[in-house]
Amino acid sequence: MNILNLDHISANQLLPEVQDAMVSAIKMGYGNPSSQHKMGEQSSEALEKARESVAALINSPSPKEVVFTSCGTESINHAIKGVALASADKGKHLVTSNIEHNSVIRSIRRLKMMGYQVTSVPVDKYGRVSPDHVTKAIRDDTILVSIMHANNEIGTIEPIEEIASITKGKKVTFHVDAVDSVGVLPIDVQKLGVDLLSFASNPFYGPTGVGGLYIRRGTNVWPLLEGGIQENNKRAGTENLIGIIGLGVAAELAKRDMDARLSQFKRLREKFLKELPNYVDEYIINGHPEYCLPNLVSVSLKYIEGESIVLMMDDEDIEISTRSACASGSLRASHVLLSIGLQFAEAQGTLVITFGLENTEKDVVRFLTALKETVKTLRNLSPLYKKAHQTEH
Amino acid sequence: MYSETVMDHFRNPRNVGTIEDANGVGEVGNPMCGDIMTMYLSIKDDRIDDIKFQTFGCGAAIAVSSMLTEMAKGKSIEEAKKISNKDVANALGGLPKNKLHCSNLGADALHSALKDYEDRKAEKPRGELKRKEKHEHVGGEKCYCPYCDVEIGEGETVCANCALTVDVGQQD
Repeated sequence: MNILNLDHISANQLLPEVQDAMVSAIKMGYGNPSSQHKMGEQSSEALEKARESVAALINSPSPKEVVFTSCGTESINHAIKGVALASADKGKHLVTSNIEHNSVIRSIRRLKMMGYQVTSVPVDKYGRVSPDHVTKAIRDDTILVSIMHANNEIGTIEPIEEIASITKGKKVTFHVDAVDSVGVLPIDVQKLGVDLLSFASNPFYGPTGVGGLYIRRGTNVWPLLEGGIQENNKRAGTENLIGIIGLGVAAELAKRDMDARLSQFKRLREKFLKELPNYVDEYIINGHPEYCLPNLVSVSLKYIEGESIVLMMDDEDIEISTRSACASGSLRASHVLLSIGLQFAEAQGTLVITFGLENTEKDVVRFLTALKETVKTLRNLSPLYKKAHQTEH
Repeated sequence: MYSETVMDHFRNPRNVGTIEDANGVGEVGNPMCGDIMTMYLSIKDDRIDDIKFQTFGCGAAIAVSSMLTEMAKGKSIEEAKKISNKDVANALGGLPKNKLHCSNLGADALHSALKDYEDRKAEKPRGELKRKEKHEHVGGEKCYCPYCDVEIGEGETVCANCALTVDVGQQD
């Protein structure tokens, strides 16, 4: 049977249009966009065209505010470390939330080792940050607030606009990790009112190895990479032109097809949630019922462990994930799931199912049919299941 | 990630289940570190006549439990006591570094069940089933950061390489 990918948050295939644009750019030959000869000029034009497409996708007022990077992780490191270093004379306090991605957590921990202080605000049972907590956390020496747009494990969308109005009032720089949102949902940096916004190309079917950072004009942020004058002096290093061309085309398609994609995901997600109780019992759906990514479902299956489920489903050629691929292999229960109040054992039994453009309602049924058998097998193996049901009788 | 032997034992675990009239039961682990194993022994004439297990845990934990039951079945108590974490890991064709703790847990579960049998035989008051296993470094085994795979020094709680907290801790 063909492989069923329900792990789109880990990797997406390139769309044919993206592949074609990249292959034809490779075949045509390309130069260094910084060179002053014809080939360089042509490359520079291709680069700026991609920048315009991305600026249009996030409604950036000027393409100059878009800086291309090598991935979402680099963008996040750039934003957090870049602001911390640039504003060290003003203060050394940062505010973040308890459910950020590791690129935020680790960037901030590194700064902590250098004497910066951090306040991490909690989330409610749906994974939402309260803007009041952010207000209370901001001090006179706070230089940066970093909160994610949508959580990569439970899909919850944070109240970014409300937080932005707080940071604006207090004149604190606001960075948003929107890696799993840009190109998936409509993102408008002007409406959100953010200073920095990180994104990556692969979540909307562009190539891996390319990302970007929106830097609102006037934001004080140092480059992470020093060297040449590329990217308006904001990110040195010869541009990954082929990747950026792919990103540009993916951005155009994401903007053009946004509504159709959203309604497809909505249909799949609804079908999934409606059918799930017909196949398994004793589960928890994580994340906010309304403010959530349209393409993600997080489900905790009680008494069994996630990696075992993933391996058994893989034997049925079905790809799912326990949590973000970056963190799998880790033995600890997810900090996100513990933060929303799950028990350790429940957190260990959590699956992240992410739909993609090729998925159909038939795929949902195929997944649930296989899941039913897997859950049965693993619960039969589980001492926790036995215990829970002994006490009942 | 896993060897063929590990995948075989994971896909077709041997000796799954419980023994109603077991005369030795051992339970180790906690959900915080990811795995819980329960071993049931039926010992006759100082020999493991039957052994069954139930495990909540990752692929490695299930494979370790299964392999361990095969290794222990039919052995005398003294022989079974000698089965070490390393023997199980080796029989499985090795385990990824950050999953070696699963093999620790497996042998611990067996030894705990054997101790329960001996305690019952000596008519010692039966204590609580052992839920908390102190993490020990056996035979020079090392711990590795689950995030970045770099070796972690004895007693360290923060990985020096990636700055993440790595202590497993105990759940109360």
